[in-house]
Amino acid sequence: MWCIYMYEVIVVGGGHAGCEASLATARKGHKTLLITGNINNIADMPCNPSIGGSAKGIVVREIDALGGEMGKNADKSLIQIKMLNSAKGPAVQALRAQADKIVYPKEMLKTLNSTDNLEIKEAMVEDLIVNNKIVEGVVLSTGEQIKSTVVILTTGTYLKADILVGDTRTRKGPHGEKPSNHLSDKLKDYGFNIIRLKTGTPQRIDKNSIDFSKAKIENGDSVYHTFSYDMKPQYKIEEQVPCHLIYTTEETKKIILDNLNKSSMYGGLKDIKGVGPRYCPSIEDKMVRFSDKEKHQLFLEPESIYYDDIYIQGFSTSMPYDIQEKMVHSLPGLENAKILKYAYAIEYDAIDSRQLKQSLESKVIKNLFTAGQINGTSGYEEAACQGLIAGINAGLKLENKEPLILKRNEAYIGVLIDDLVTKGIIDPYRLLTSRAEYRLLLRSDNADIRLTDYGYEVGLISDERYKRFNDKKSKISELIDILKNNKITPTTETNEYLTSIGTTPLKDGITLYDLLKRPEISFEHINNFFKIDFEESVKEQVDINIKYAGYIKKANIEASKMVDLDNKKIPDDIDYDKIHNLASEAKQKLKQIRPTSIGQAIRISGVNPADISLIMVYLKKEYLYDSK
Amino acid sequence: MNDTIAAISTALGVGAISIIRVSGNDSLQIVNRIFKGKDLTKVDSHTINYGYIYDGKELIDEVLVSVMLAPKTFTRENIVEINSHGGISTTNKILELLLVNGCRLAQPGEFTKRAFLNGRIDLIEAEGVMDLINSKTEKSRLLAINQVTGNTSNLIKNLRSELVSTLANIEVNIDYPEYEDIEEITVEMINKNISSIRNKILNILEESKNGKLIKEGIKTIIIGRPNVGKSSILNRLLDEEKAIVTDVAGTTRDIVEGNISVDGILLNIIDTAGIRKTDDIVESIGVKKSLSLIEDADLILYVVNNNELLNDEDLEILDKIKNKTSILIINKIDLESKIKIKNIENYNVVKMSALNSEDINVLKEMIKKIFNLEKIEQKDCTYLSSARSISLLRKALESLDQVEEGIKNKMPIDMVEIDLKNVWNLLGEITGENYSEELIDTLFSQFCLGK
Repeated sequence: MWCIYMYEVIVVGGGHAGCEASLATARKGHKTLLITGNINNIADMPCNPSIGGSAKGIVVREIDALGGEMGKNADKSLIQIKMLNSAKGPAVQALRAQADKIVYPKEMLKTLNSTDNLEIKEAMVEDLIVNNKIVEGVVLSTGEQIKSTVVILTTGTYLKADILVGDTRTRKGPHGEKPSNHLSDKLKDYGFNIIRLKTGTPQRIDKNSIDFSKAKIENGDSVYHTFSYDMKPQYKIEEQVPCHLIYTTEETKKIILDNLNKSSMYGGLKDIKGVGPRYCPSIEDKMVRFSDKEKHQLFLEPESIYYDDIYIQGFSTSMPYDIQEKMVHSLPGLENAKILKYAYAIEYDAIDSRQLKQSLESKVIKNLFTAGQINGTSGYEEAACQGLIAGINAGLKLENKEPLILKRNEAYIGVLIDDLVTKGIIDPYRLLTSRAEYRLLLRSDNADIRLTDYGYEVGLISDERYKRFNDKKSKISELIDILKNNKITPTTETNEYLTSIGTTPLKDGITLYDLLKRPEISFEHINNFFKIDFEESVKEQVDINIKYAGYIKKANIEASKMVDLDNKKIPDDIDYDKIHNLASEAKQKLKQIRPTSIGQAIRISGVNPADISLIMVYLKKEYLYDSK
Repeated sequence: MNDTIAAISTALGVGAISIIRVSGNDSLQIVNRIFKGKDLTKVDSHTINYGYIYDGKELIDEVLVSVMLAPKTFTRENIVEINSHGGISTTNKILELLLVNGCRLAQPGEFTKRAFLNGRIDLIEAEGVMDLINSKTEKSRLLAINQVTGNTSNLIKNLRSELVSTLANIEVNIDYPEYEDIEEITVEMINKNISSIRNKILNILEESKNGKLIKEGIKTIIIGRPNVGKSSILNRLLDEEKAIVTDVAGTTRDIVEGNISVDGILLNIIDTAGIRKTDDIVESIGVKKSLSLIEDADLILYVVNNNELLNDEDLEILDKIKNKTSILIINKIDLESKIKIKNIENYNVVKMSALNSEDINVLKEMIKKIFNLEKIEQKDCTYLSSARSISLLRKALESLDQVEEGIKNKMPIDMVEIDLKNVWNLLGEITGENYSEELIDTLFSQFCLGK
């Protein structure tokens, strides 16, 4: 009865983290088993029907540049896409797409099924096989044991998941799926600190019951975009499906405030422990916290072109069903709306991410990696990128190689993981551009430039794609040379043209390079003087790098200071008790997190500059540390 | 690290007593060798002991000796402080005896460094303590205490909180672009915010000027017509008192040519646009520029040639410096005297020959006489006084300029915000809320001998 199979990697969970993790290890040539509770829920999107957004959209591109799947899969399944912040600067632009909830999982499953070295199994994992603090496999709810060298846990919200509606608590995962009841207890026994988190999702409404004439239409962009640097657009601009914008009404506010005590989170349930996401609050949270605000913005987003569900973004709640009916019907255009699925909150267990190394390997159990919501994050993109990194590093570990650790000035992924392992989380962690110190360096347009080399090194970028990437880089240099080597002179004709496009006429000759520095000059104008026959993506890189050169230089100088500090390693065996005068909070945090570098130590909240100075001095004294 | 160090801890020539501080494992034993009185190795910690310092059989001074045993001392090492009866020669003699008996002369800032290395104080405190020790007057002591207790930080913290709301608004606009109901921050709003912050920074800097004078030295210019010997005098001063630091960039908009310590009074010699190179300051930049330099300086050394008659420009400058802190240097007294100066009694006059090193001392004596530190008034004590803070504040101003520049050039908000955030970071560095690597180096380089 005991079937013992040997895999190199077992990935537990088939969500966005699990898909990336299993694809990464399998593609790296490691025999991988993906275990999921329900094969139909692979790459499921249980909440909003969109991929990307501010910062997140950049992460999707980073995943793509490293050889992950999310970008390509989103490109295959999107029904609307736009570039956010296009009116602002290049540093903060990001893609956001409506992804079809039927197509996205289907395409991902197709990819998983066609990947060598990857098997999928339907089962519930309830324990790990652990010997001497080293993981050796998993134990299923049936008692069956499956062995592997590495295990990656990507359990999402399924650890002791409770669905909360009004005054009811039901032990269920999203879609009423079976949760894992014992795994988090086992993890606790192994030494993990378990925390309880909460998130929520809004109602789904029957499209045919909404009067969209009362809403403002929100269309996709009229230029083509792809997340992946390796994909051609798979959609037609004119066939994009619109979203709609509405606002809550006075009546909505009244209903919510009158019934506040019925919400699970506001007294409906007495035993709430989970901490909800600050950046994605429920509608009752918004009403309470911003009580002076008349109305709140809501988006009506189509979930799929294959069925009629409309997702009300911004309206998540844990009110009982009868109140939800009233709330929905108070919205403009939704007076007669038919609710297909009610909103709910979900409470689940997660681990303390400070017990992780930067590689996402656990400090508690060797060869065990965790990624996604189990680490306390929220969002598909946050999950996927961790899955990818966990997969890459699990593979590298099997290959006896150093882990891939992205720095904060290299990728949002680096920012996210460093925040997790250094600062830990209180509420579900959402990536924001403001979490990055050097977001000008972490742009949507240059994710390939930043990360393709890493993707190639770890073996997830094909030779063919890598060659294309290098061609792009040489094209960029070539174009810069052209601009530097070609001058225009202040002829009457030239100056008339320059004046006509609203820029200062010339007094002396000027290179095209210097001309492009002017904010109001684009390649379109340059074309008037010199035919520029390069791809858009090449021109974009050149334009940004020339126009914002001063700022980029500044950002690089600042970033290099941080890198210097990150390169100042703190020895593993440092004894913080021996450092005199460390503030007690700092000492406690340092002992808990055990930062690997001075740079990381600085980012620990509660560790003050003075503490850092003391550590530096201690290192100089005790380890004859050379700070230069 | 574990050797015993000694240095004179009080400024030479100032005050009725001088303190020689000894720190290290052997400090008691070493002082015992030259001390007659109780056996210092047997006295209680933190006691003051009366006795005499002897060099062999020769009595040097009647002294009080404070004994402080580790770890409750400034350096966390055994410390002995000898209070002698002042006078450069006596104090020097005692130091010399200590060195002969096994101490090593402390390096600049070494006591504070040891205090810091042994975990006695943190860096922020170190900075304040340095000021406290450096303070030569009651008022500068108050200033230093304020620095330690945080009155100054509050000024900066207020500035930071003014910035926060603008920054937060920009961040929200960027991170939640879909939300139309969040106010979009405008260029006008940013401009308003930064001009208010700029004014406040300028105010703090203005108020900090006096504090700076005391702590950082006296801005000194040397002017005069070509070939009167300005360079020779400057070089003499620099050579005599080996420059402590050169080119402290950022501490002032001027380029500091060199710093000269005249018995505890720090002179920052300002390079008046290549004074050393061209030696023709009046000609090359004109009387007008000289006058503005005069306005700016804390001390003017005006050099004239004993061998020449004054011209109109000289007369104009003489008129200007009449009411300023200045010294009229009549150079080249080894040559025939042709110079005629009316109302010479209105000026502090030094007659000298730059070729004669004795004469340089006359000049120094005059500077000392003029700069009796009590003369420098301070209005109140809640301003920044360390070079580090002031320089950071200046950098913050520059960054504000760049914000404006960016707005003027129609740079997108995310670019403009880089500079705005930099202002916030720089202010944080002043209060110690941001860690900066340069901090340790900067601080240690400011520590002066024996403090």
